Amino acid sequence: MLEVEDLRLSFGGVLAVDGLSFGVGAGEIVSVIGPNGAGKTSAFNCVTGFYKPTAGRIRIDGADVTGRRPSLIAARGVSRTFQNLRVFGEMSVLDNVRAGTHLWLRQRVVDALLHTPRYRRSEREGTEEANKWLDFVGLRGDRAGLVRNLPYGEQRRVEIARALARRPKLLLLDEPAAGLNHGEKAELLDLIRRIRDLGIAIALIEHDMGLVMEVSDRVVVLNFGREIADGPPEQVRGDPAVIEAYLGRDADEAEVEAAREEVGGARGE
Amino acid sequence: MSDTVQDPPVKPVKGRGPTFVTRFLESRHLGWAGLAIGLLAPFVIATPYAMDVMTSAVVFVMLAVGLNIVVGYCGLLDLGYAAFFAVGAYTSGVLSTELKIPLLATVPAVIVVTVLAGVIIGGPTLRLRSDYLAIVTLGFGEIIRITANNLSITGGPSGIYGIPGLFGDATSSQVVFYYAVLLIVAVAVLLAARLGRSRLGRAWRFVREDEDAAEAMGINTYKVKLAAYIAGAVWGGLAGVLFAAQLSAISPASFTFLQSALVLMAVVLGGMGSTPGVVLGAIVISLLPEVLRGLADYRFFAFGVLLIIVMIARPQGLWPHRSRER
Repeated sequence: MLEVEDLRLSFGGVLAVDGLSFGVGAGEIVSVIGPNGAGKTSAFNCVTGFYKPTAGRIRIDGADVTGRRPSLIAARGVSRTFQNLRVFGEMSVLDNVRAGTHLWLRQRVVDALLHTPRYRRSEREGTEEANKWLDFVGLRGDRAGLVRNLPYGEQRRVEIARALARRPKLLLLDEPAAGLNHGEKAELLDLIRRIRDLGIAIALIEHDMGLVMEVSDRVVVLNFGREIADGPPEQVRGDPAVIEAYLGRDADEAEVEAAREEVGGARGE
Repeated sequence: MSDTVQDPPVKPVKGRGPTFVTRFLESRHLGWAGLAIGLLAPFVIATPYAMDVMTSAVVFVMLAVGLNIVVGYCGLLDLGYAAFFAVGAYTSGVLSTELKIPLLATVPAVIVVTVLAGVIIGGPTLRLRSDYLAIVTLGFGEIIRITANNLSITGGPSGIYGIPGLFGDATSSQVVFYYAVLLIVAVAVLLAARLGRSRLGRAWRFVREDEDAAEAMGINTYKVKLAAYIAGAVWGGLAGVLFAAQLSAISPASFTFLQSALVLMAVVLGGMGSTPGVVLGAIVISLLPEVLRGLADYRFFAFGVLLIIVMIARPQGLWPHRSRER
């Protein structure tokens, strides 16, 4: 599905991503974790075309998309959400989700100018699709109203619904749990699983270890732009390199223990 | 608000129903009401002066609706919109006087030339964002005007005169011409509004709201912006044809930065992205100086003060766009 090979990205002299390789298979949930500044979001931005990688290859379904426009990569079946919520604030909730239908909605300019049957049909189809995905993410709130009038957690749902309306094969979620309360996180966990059950592969950046360990098939750990671990959650959880990355080298026993607690937090929840 | 995980799925909340006033303001019949006002106006006053002012106002509506596609829908600040107005007016003026054909026959050529102008001006500039784009369009507006001022085919500073009417006869009555312009502009307003509610129109608004998020949804923002620019160019160019038909003479003095600024003012005053707002804004901007004529020398002073008052009292415009769906 997605293959990232020896990805490098530098801003001036700073290497944000330094030789990262990982893959996401069809229908798989892969989490990318790591301390702040480890290069997780930079890697996502390279995959989705927002940054042009300095070196390396990105393939989607075998096709090389390295350095292509984000819209072209989206056309290949990749959809994403953003770390700091990028909804179209001054537009209605339904319109926000309709953005996802842009790529597959068959409607020409002539249809819109003349209001042909095809126009009406495609508009109805777009609205139905938007409502379907809003039902799917369980949005509570006024769908006809402006999205900025919704509470934060609901706006996050709208963003995910928008990404799903694209009908993607691969969905990249960048810190979807940030700013959500306990109950909302539980719902998110359920939502991620239901998305996977639709056959959509998911790449997830997340700091909430409970969520990551619970939901992932595989976890990739980054530090300083390098991959330091890649494996199933149980394996990564006990990896000394991972614990060290989260804590630093000179940690004493008690701190290592505390970090183990944090990384292994999934068990508690 | 969602500590209730176990609860059964919550039904979507419907907002309070719109009030009578909002329902009326968003009614589909409103456009017909506006057209009826336009159709009935000559029965109220039909002096040659009034007809002239009203025809200019309707042409100005077309300009404002065209610029609204660029600025209101797509959020691209264009300070040189008069360039397309000029391209349309000159193309039809030159063709009709050289080939001795009625102005309406030049419309296909005008569309082709304005599309080209949109691509040539938009192509290199649309990679820029906001302020930079505004400056560059300002420059292009001046380039077009100064070019027209210096070419011999455009008649230099004195321009082109003796342009035939829309149907080839320069002598058709003012009222007939007014009705022709009104109907053409009504169709143009309708088509612009339809564009705004289409897949492409939504894409324009997505670009205005957040370019990166729009790209992530597969919208090629460059192409979509260019489409907005071209649509704006065509609307502006066709307004130029009507302008040439009305005055039967055009010169570079008609296509100054002030003209661009006035059209932009109509869009902002009426409410960016709102079709009824922009139509109203254009009518206010074009008629207000005439209404204030009684103030003689203080006319434009009063005009300026009134605009400032409106913008302070209603920064969102006289009739803002509502994104709420019915």
